[in-house]
Amino acid sequence: MIQGIAWLLGFQLLGESLSYASGGQVPGPVVALALLALFLLATRRLPAAAAMEQSTGKVADGLLANLGILFVPAGVGIIQHLDLVISMGLPILAAILVSTVITLVVTVWAFTLAKRLEQRWRPKS
Amino acid sequence: MSENVITGLIAPDVAAGQAHVVPALPSSLWVYLSATPLFWLTATLIVWLVANAAARKANGHPLVNPVLISVVVIGTGLTLGGVAYPAYFEGAQFIHFLLGPATVALAVPLVRQIKLVAANLLPMLAALAAGSVTAVLSVLALGALFGFPEALTVSMAPKSSTAGVAMAISKGLGGDPGLTAVFVILTGITGAVIVTGLMNRLRITDYAARGFAAGLASHGIGTARAFQVDPVAGLFAGIAMALNALVTALIVPLFL
Repeated sequence: MIQGIAWLLGFQLLGESLSYASGGQVPGPVVALALLALFLLATRRLPAAAAMEQSTGKVADGLLANLGILFVPAGVGIIQHLDLVISMGLPILAAILVSTVITLVVTVWAFTLAKRLEQRWRPKS
Repeated sequence: MSENVITGLIAPDVAAGQAHVVPALPSSLWVYLSATPLFWLTATLIVWLVANAAARKANGHPLVNPVLISVVVIGTGLTLGGVAYPAYFEGAQFIHFLLGPATVALAVPLVRQIKLVAANLLPMLAALAAGSVTAVLSVLALGALFGFPEALTVSMAPKSSTAGVAMAISKGLGGDPGLTAVFVILTGITGAVIVTGLMNRLRITDYAARGFAAGLASHGIGTARAFQVDPVAGLFAGIAMALNALVTALIVPLFL
């Protein structure tokens, strides 16, 4: 388990460093996500990489299965602006709800439409 | 400071070999405990466990959202107990810290499902382009419709991207990052609660598409919901969250 944590944190450290050095346009953890994925793909066939995949996988599965709790501390931060949330009232909550519904619908339609078009045009393999 | 409190509570009695006199419990114990990181860390874990058990008992019903329940319960507790958010975060930061490693961890399912991801590359790009533009433009349109002040619209525009990125965008364009954080959280919870019912109504059965939409529209909280429903949905939600953070940072300045 410690090995897996060390891999994840090590890559995050690398990602944060690269992000910082490149002006912080891309968040460090996102850089690290790409780097770790590339590293795992590149070393996938090496026997020595099996232990790494296993240890990292165990920690990753644990974190992702409990992803929700990680948003609770930041979520509770809403109490700092509670008066604001109450005073801004319905139009703001309505804007968030409507925008979220539209975004969900457009995104999923674009996804399924592109998939259908792709399947129509691509020769059967 | 906490060391002094401990010494004051116990050490003199022990040193003098007297019976341990407890000073004015429970209020002083509360004052002591509520100031330690241990208390709020433990409280967050326990509230989450109960909320998660409730969600499981409700068969993952979208309204019984464990993030929403935990935030409401802890937020109410803090407000009633007169505890300031920074004191709470002192303990909760240890959980908050794991957001970074959890983002990195998405590389693992990504590599495991690399064939599925590669097969959906084109749909993902199309959905990313359409979705991230819609997320921003719909806020601008609704802001104009409802007559929001400019600063409010700016603060709301990046609401579908993950909190850290959204706050940076808002700050850079003259919005209020604190306000943006609130909008991000509200958007995440809204998306997590409505996505399952909405996708069922639209008869979308592809979990890659459903997850991608959840992660794009409502970032990490939507991704947490997606992982709760299906691992493939969770993976695509995570990818969408990461990509949308990048694209939102690029496009919001173009529209404002």
